Amino acid sequence: MVKLSKNRKNFVKTVAENSKKSILEITGNNIDLLKEELETTLYREKLRIKQNPWAVDPDDEKDFWRKVRSSLVQTSTDNSLTKTQKKKIYLEILNDITMRYSEEIASNFVHTHYKVTRRIVTFGFARLLNAARVKGIKSIFSNQYTLQDKIQIVGETDQIRELASKGTIVMVPTHFSNLDSILIGWIISVLGLPPFIYGAGLNLFNIGIFAYFMNALGAYKVDRRKKNLPYLETLKTYSSEAIQFGVHSLFFPGGTRSRSGVIEKKLKLGLLSTAVEAQRANYQKGIKDVNGKVFIVPVTINYHFVLEAPGLIQEHLSIVGQERYYKERDEFSTSYKISKFLVKFFTKGSDISVSIGKAMDVLGNYVDNSGNSFDRHGRKIDTRDYFISNGNVTVDPQREEEYTYHLGKRIVEEFHINNRVFSSHLVAFTAFQMIKQDNKKLDLYSLLRLPEEDIFLVYVEFREACKMVLDKIFELEAQGKLQVAPHMEQDIDVIIDHGLENVGMYHAKRPLIKNRNGNIETQELTLLYYYHNRLDGYDLEKLF
Amino acid sequence: MTSKSSSKEKSVGVVGMGSFGTAIANILAEKSKVIVFARRSELVDEINHHHQVDGLPIHENIVGTQDPEMLCESCDTIFFMVPSSAFQEVIRSFSPYLYPYHLVIHGTKGLCLNLPEGKTLSEMKSINRENILTMSEVILKETVAIRVGCLAGPNLARELYLGQPAATVVASKYNEVILEGQRLLRTDKFQVYGNSDIVGVELSGVLKNIIAIAAGALAGLGLGENAKGLLVSRGMVELVYLGNALGGSIKSFIGLAGIGDLVTTCNSTLSRNYTVGYRLAKGEKLPEILESMDEVAEGINTVRLIKSFVEGRGMRAPITENLYKVLFEDLKIEEALQYLMKYPFSVDVDFL
Repeated sequence: MVKLSKNRKNFVKTVAENSKKSILEITGNNIDLLKEELETTLYREKLRIKQNPWAVDPDDEKDFWRKVRSSLVQTSTDNSLTKTQKKKIYLEILNDITMRYSEEIASNFVHTHYKVTRRIVTFGFARLLNAARVKGIKSIFSNQYTLQDKIQIVGETDQIRELASKGTIVMVPTHFSNLDSILIGWIISVLGLPPFIYGAGLNLFNIGIFAYFMNALGAYKVDRRKKNLPYLETLKTYSSEAIQFGVHSLFFPGGTRSRSGVIEKKLKLGLLSTAVEAQRANYQKGIKDVNGKVFIVPVTINYHFVLEAPGLIQEHLSIVGQERYYKERDEFSTSYKISKFLVKFFTKGSDISVSIGKAMDVLGNYVDNSGNSFDRHGRKIDTRDYFISNGNVTVDPQREEEYTYHLGKRIVEEFHINNRVFSSHLVAFTAFQMIKQDNKKLDLYSLLRLPEEDIFLVYVEFREACKMVLDKIFELEAQGKLQVAPHMEQDIDVIIDHGLENVGMYHAKRPLIKNRNGNIETQELTLLYYYHNRLDGYDLEKLF
Repeated sequence: MTSKSSSKEKSVGVVGMGSFGTAIANILAEKSKVIVFARRSELVDEINHHHQVDGLPIHENIVGTQDPEMLCESCDTIFFMVPSSAFQEVIRSFSPYLYPYHLVIHGTKGLCLNLPEGKTLSEMKSINRENILTMSEVILKETVAIRVGCLAGPNLARELYLGQPAATVVASKYNEVILEGQRLLRTDKFQVYGNSDIVGVELSGVLKNIIAIAAGALAGLGLGENAKGLLVSRGMVELVYLGNALGGSIKSFIGLAGIGDLVTTCNSTLSRNYTVGYRLAKGEKLPEILESMDEVAEGINTVRLIKSFVEGRGMRAPITENLYKVLFEDLKIEEALQYLMKYPFSVDVDFL
């Protein structure tokens, strides 16, 4: 990564050059198709600039596309040009575009910045934590509490450290909150890992505080507004080239934050395919040993509380409920809101756990600490064999597409296996299922429209149901299908109290509370639904 | 790029020398060297010394072996042609020698059970999709091979062996498997189509066997062509519904492996499944019939599995359900037929 930042200029150029090549391949070297693709890109970009401008957008954007437009128009109307001349001009335009995109995506990583920021984050968080937890403001320099007390990192931490020194890591975390990006940055530094590059949504760079951290932590920019071919190709090429270059990278394979609160089930395969592609490219270059190997490390992040939950679930319901046009919005939008959250987080105590999953090769086979792949029967296998036909490493995009799909499925499986069940997940899941059971005839949307005042659950029954779900959860844990946080090994009443206290704790309207009679109520059913969704995918609803 | 193997052309493997395996090995041998695996040593000897399988002459390019390791090392592409009842066991014995570079294609038109350890079908109240494996799913489950394909279509082994014109479908998620299958199998008498819906193609071949038993039964009762037309078209509807519920696409069911195979097996006395139905209708009992057949009629096991699946799913599949009663619960064929004639089918085609 340090190497990358030193060679930034050349790297950006390579990316632009290779993106151009793959675009030409996609258009089959057909000049009319290329022209059409360029025109579409121009049209969409102009539309985006007009309809959805952001603060981070560069000032010269309009000028750039105006120039593209004029040369496109000139070339297509000028009859004196021969076909070869025209082709040359179109290629130049394409070159300008991929070069521009490549520049835009590339991170402005400066190594010294990275070190400083890393220290600031760790130091700052720790100070804040101590001030909040020990004796108020005076203990700001106490070292009694560190961030590790708040954020538990569990799982294969040694393995990821070891593999990072041998091959190239692609970390793929679940994505529930915008906080994830910073959190992961911190984790990487706490684990003593070398820097990673991130694919971070460009919208995050709109927010001052994030932009600073992201730039410093090596984020490259992903602009989800741009859906045109040259952009998507450049983005993929960037990722693939970086992995081949040996740079560790991280992307959220779900694409965006989980709107519904469900652990990602379907992944965006675009960026994931770059890991498969890079692995094959390394084999093609003849790199057979571990330093050319790509390791996929799934990471599951668990929260009691997701700041953006109300907005996310509303969006989810409106998208799924009626096919309404949906525009990217940001509730996590101001530095003020985030700071407020951080203060709350540190003062009130809401735990976060981060599970580092077992590393896999690009086909989803587990690897050992030396980077060797093993099949399900524990036999050592060579990942290179997957890319071989008739004895040679071959390029087959359709095959790699299937492999990517397969890898995506494996990552989803690992997400579920590494998921750590919290007390808050248990109570939310149980309560929502009970409410659903009481209103069997209603579909989800009518159910969610029920007036909250009319809903309550008798504590004794709720307790029984929680116990039933918990038993099943422990059964699943014994089968290795999920994990359970240590605070779940207490008396059921304690667990329930802990869960009620923590579930969505900072929301103005709480998803679940105990009322004066000791029964369970909800103040916001959609939020309850959101937190309940965390335990979707384990067939636990069959218990009801 | 240097590689050890490109200098020498590799052989193609065929596992299982039943009538279909033998026919396919013969077709493959027209273009490639073929190594076949058989469990019985007499058979291997017969192949290697006399170029014969149970007295039938086979191509000289075919070499026999009893050694899975040798076969896997010598072949990049392997065809598994063993009945579903032995499939899991055979695959497991090959698994230690299979690597991710192998392309594996099977030609078995049956299903396997995948139950929790220690359970049998009769102990399960009902079964769901996870308890049923198609052969490609068995391969993916038991081995590290991932580039998997299947062969299906109207391919009566006897006719293939005689070199009569025919066609088959190679189905796989991987284009390279389809292309390799075509390259190896295609001759001027044997046409090879491709399909990416492997599960749909497998299910076509599996489910049509149920209808084939019923068709044999109708013939055995001495009923005419009207009745058969009725059965084939209603059978098609049932096949589509069952196949959809098991994860196949409608398109595959109306293709060569679906309708093509259905029509062939429902009209042919060469078909084992058809024969079972025919003899049942003539008054023989199932155990006697099975006793006297050399090769497995896959349809019987399929009826049993699908009936449990249908129950677990809360679906109706009248032909399968009644056939189950005839096969295993001593319902008279005439009564089953009567029941079917009274069944309130109302719409002709409602799946397209």
